[in-house]
Amino acid sequence: MKNLWLILTKYNAFFLFIIFFGLAFYLAVQNNTFQRASVVNSSNHLVGAAYEKINAWKSYFHLSEENALLAEENAALREQLQHYTMPDTVVQGVVNDTVRDVQYQYIVAKVTNNSIHQQNNYITLDKGRRHGIEKGMGVISSSGIVGIVLHVSEHFATVQSLLHSETRISAALEDSQAFGSLVWGDSYDARFGTLKDIPNHVKVRNGELVYTSGFSLFPPGILAGKVIESGITGGDSFLDIKIELSTQFHNLQQVYVVKDVLAKEKATLESQNEDNG
Amino acid sequence: MAKVLLYNIIRFGALLIMQVFLFKNIGYYNLATPFPYVLFLLLLPVGIPNFILYCLAFMTGVTVDAFYDTLGVHAAACVALAWSRIVFVRITIQTDHYENYMTPLWGTVPFQWYFLYVLVLTLFHHVILFSLEAFTFHQFHYTLIRILLSCIFTVIIILLFSLLFYRKKQR
Repeated sequence: MKNLWLILTKYNAFFLFIIFFGLAFYLAVQNNTFQRASVVNSSNHLVGAAYEKINAWKSYFHLSEENALLAEENAALREQLQHYTMPDTVVQGVVNDTVRDVQYQYIVAKVTNNSIHQQNNYITLDKGRRHGIEKGMGVISSSGIVGIVLHVSEHFATVQSLLHSETRISAALEDSQAFGSLVWGDSYDARFGTLKDIPNHVKVRNGELVYTSGFSLFPPGILAGKVIESGITGGDSFLDIKIELSTQFHNLQQVYVVKDVLAKEKATLESQNEDNG
Repeated sequence: MAKVLLYNIIRFGALLIMQVFLFKNIGYYNLATPFPYVLFLLLLPVGIPNFILYCLAFMTGVTVDAFYDTLGVHAAACVALAWSRIVFVRITIQTDHYENYMTPLWGTVPFQWYFLYVLVLTLFHHVILFSLEAFTFHQFHYTLIRILLSCIFTVIIILLFSLLFYRKKQR
């Protein structure tokens, strides 16, 4: 005890320095925001680093459990994947067109067979009767009009492509709203079609867009193409307008079959006209 | 004895007032800022007891801190200065050689000793002061330059003060 006291008195300058400096340092850290923040941050940094190290070690001990969990999850996912790869159980996507009071429903289908180089081209889809597709429905893609459903089997449907000599689709010009029939016509080039039956007096400009009119199987307002040549006259009172089709037939992958819910009602109503007259 | 006490009190008041009202506003681009108030601690009597020296240093530091809004920073620097002063005096002076109440001012002590005394103690004070103020090793060279330039500035001002009160004493 005596010795301790002797040491303390002999080196009192140093011990007093420690005491006073510690007090001043404590005050500095306590009362100055920057210093306080620095101290707290550095301690947090240290603590965080320590925890990180410990966790890195601990994770090794749980590797086997982790592996088992992952294997289990893999199995479950594989099971789910099976459902998606089986063609018959493909989930049917129905998009409701609420604006038009659900007159049109869209069935998503994949193109399984396609041709564009024949005079009469057909497309085969991987959806059939059991998915709700019926003969005479319109088929569109994200880029434009594709065709009309021709035959339906249980799981497949064939589509009479727009690139077919018999296909006629009611279409209208953007500006004048004059409507005519969109046919492939005599171009025999998958990129072009012809808009027939537009009266002579209608002014048509190049680049004008052509939409479906809504009079036939398709909902109105679906892009069909744009005018590239308007001056062809058929020798009578109607214009033949050359259209660049917007649909990319050569790489058609996914299409939508348009289901017109009110088609039957409309057909019944219209048939009365013929009865009467 | 009473004269020494009176002189020190006057010195304390004058230096602190000058520090917080005059030298606080003087600086060279935030690089060199003078702190000549440490002269008060430098000129305390040689034989002052350590504890009283520490108390005075701490009090001076806290007073300056109050004006600089940096509580504790100047106090720590002044305490460090007090310690370095005790060590410096113990190494360079045989206490019995001088009177206990002697003020280590140029004139009573040789200029070389006085210059070294001021330089070393000021440097010590400024190192602690600017390190604590920066409180980071980020851009440490900037802190270093501030320490060196401020130290030079402070030493020049202290020497000018000393010159002002220079009085050749007969030994």
